[in-house]
Amino acid sequence: MGLELFLDLLSQPSRAVYIFAKKNRIPFELRTVDLLKGQLVSKEFLQVNRFQKIPVLKDGDFVLAESVAILIYLSLKYQTEAHWYPTDIQTRARVHEYLGWHADCIRGTFGVLLWARVLAPLIGAQVPEEKVGHNRTSMDQALQQLEDKFLGDRPFLVSNQVTLADLMALEELMQPVAVGYDLFEGRPRLAAWRTRVEAFLGAELFQEAHSRILNILEQMANKTIPVPPPEAHPTMLKRIARIT
Amino acid sequence: MGLELYLDLLSQPCRAIYIFARKNGIPFELRIVELLKGQHLSDAFTQVNSMNKVPALKDGDFILTESVAILLYLTRKYKVSDHWYPQDLQACARVDEYLAWQHTTLRRNCLRTLWHKVMIPIFLSEPVPPETLAATLAELEVTLQLLEDKFLQDKPFLTGPHISLADLMAITELMHPVGTGYQVFEGRPRLAAWRQRIEAAVGEDLFNEAHEVILKVKDTPPADPTSKQKLMPRVLSMIQ
Ligand SMILES: N[C@@H](CCC(=O)N[C@@H](CS)C(=O)NCC(=O)O)C(=O)O
Ligand SMILES: N[C@@H](CCC(=O)N[C@@H](CS)C(=O)NCC(=O)O)C(=O)O
Repeated sequence: MGLELFLDLLSQPSRAVYIFAKKNRIPFELRTVDLLKGQLVSKEFLQVNRFQKIPVLKDGDFVLAESVAILIYLSLKYQTEAHWYPTDIQTRARVHEYLGWHADCIRGTFGVLLWARVLAPLIGAQVPEEKVGHNRTSMDQALQQLEDKFLGDRPFLVSNQVTLADLMALEELMQPVAVGYDLFEGRPRLAAWRTRVEAFLGAELFQEAHSRILNILEQMANKTIPVPPPEAHPTMLKRIARIT
Repeated sequence: MGLELYLDLLSQPCRAIYIFARKNGIPFELRIVELLKGQHLSDAFTQVNSMNKVPALKDGDFILTESVAILLYLTRKYKVSDHWYPQDLQACARVDEYLAWQHTTLRRNCLRTLWHKVMIPIFLSEPVPPETLAATLAELEVTLQLLEDKFLQDKPFLTGPHISLADLMAITELMHPVGTGYQVFEGRPRLAAWRQRIEAAVGEDLFNEAHEVILKVKDTPPADPTSKQKLMPRVLSMIQ
């Protein structure tokens, strides 16, 4: 068995992995783990991934979790173009510096609005508006730092070319955009950056990777969205409880 | 100017970097930034890291923040022994996997345990609500179980037969709750044996030296009014 990727394109780190593999023409079998259908807690998936999280990579017997680890593994194994994961020691360190900050300030923050507007209501739970407001403040602070400290006057976050940092960042930022907070509005530098990353990836791939998340509100309105089965609720409720 | 490391050994990722640099004989100037005195908020340190966090590295004109980035930078620049961050593709991916995993799990839980058990009482002169503390410790327990079952398993070290950056990052985290008096290793013989192996691998003297501050954290005197005022926004954000 060749390379398999377990993903759901609703999930931002899953999209980063998907886009990376597609853009670099890495051959893989897509194994969709549909979060809304509760497939994360299915027996089949449990056997694959000891953490019950997506994305997951399976390469023969080798199973790997964590988007950042997966992206680095793919860059090294398939020797993708050096700009993604630069060999220059300082530039590579900048990629890791971004990813460390991202884990603290971006990850965990930019997904909240999807939970508040879509995922929680789907299972009859609620995220208090006060928390949504607090989350908005955290996002705005993080965006300011992203713009000032990382992007600065460069075309991309850490160098003159696209790196893993840009991909990870953009996928997180697309999450609130999809559910109604266009955070690029009023932030021309970030908007121009998004345009550059999108242009580099290609409009077609970008659309394909985002159609699921960008249609989520419409699906919600039409009531064509699947309601997660009861066995998926406990982990979902735990996630909701962690929102501050 | 050679390599400078801005650290406070009260901070867990700072301890990991300190041990790593000393153990590998990497020459550096230690620049202590005392968090409890608010030195990370000083103008001088803001010049180094405008985000006001430790650890930070300065190598000539090159300034780098974020512990994982710093460890990987040192690993490459000083060509340390392979076991810290193996060349082998899969072995290296295992270390990357742990380093990515820890941010939102062990990191968060160990930090919150320290704050909820020791720091907040010092700053606010009253304990955190018991249900908050209970929730924090319950989350810590879940994470410790994952560390043991999903990472360590029956291997000598977290990612394989030898000590790696993952072990260093993990053990320095666990010493946070240990410093608060929480019995991390009790009833967890596999984790306890792993700790012994790490201490032996890095050397007991170095391990103890790096942990002197955190192991005495319970004796920290009540915060003085100036530090209190400087640090209060941060303190309050830790209760959420
Ligand atoms: N740090 C991980 C995060 C993975 C993650 O949290 N995935 C989410 C979807 S975006 C998930 O599977 N959540 C299920 C759960 O937490 O139970 C990565 O970057 O891969
Ligand atoms: N992700 C960063 C975290 C850095 C961090 O949060 N450092 C803490 C000490 S452990 C700090 O400097 N806190 C001061 C503050 O936030 O005001 C890393 O791993 O280096």
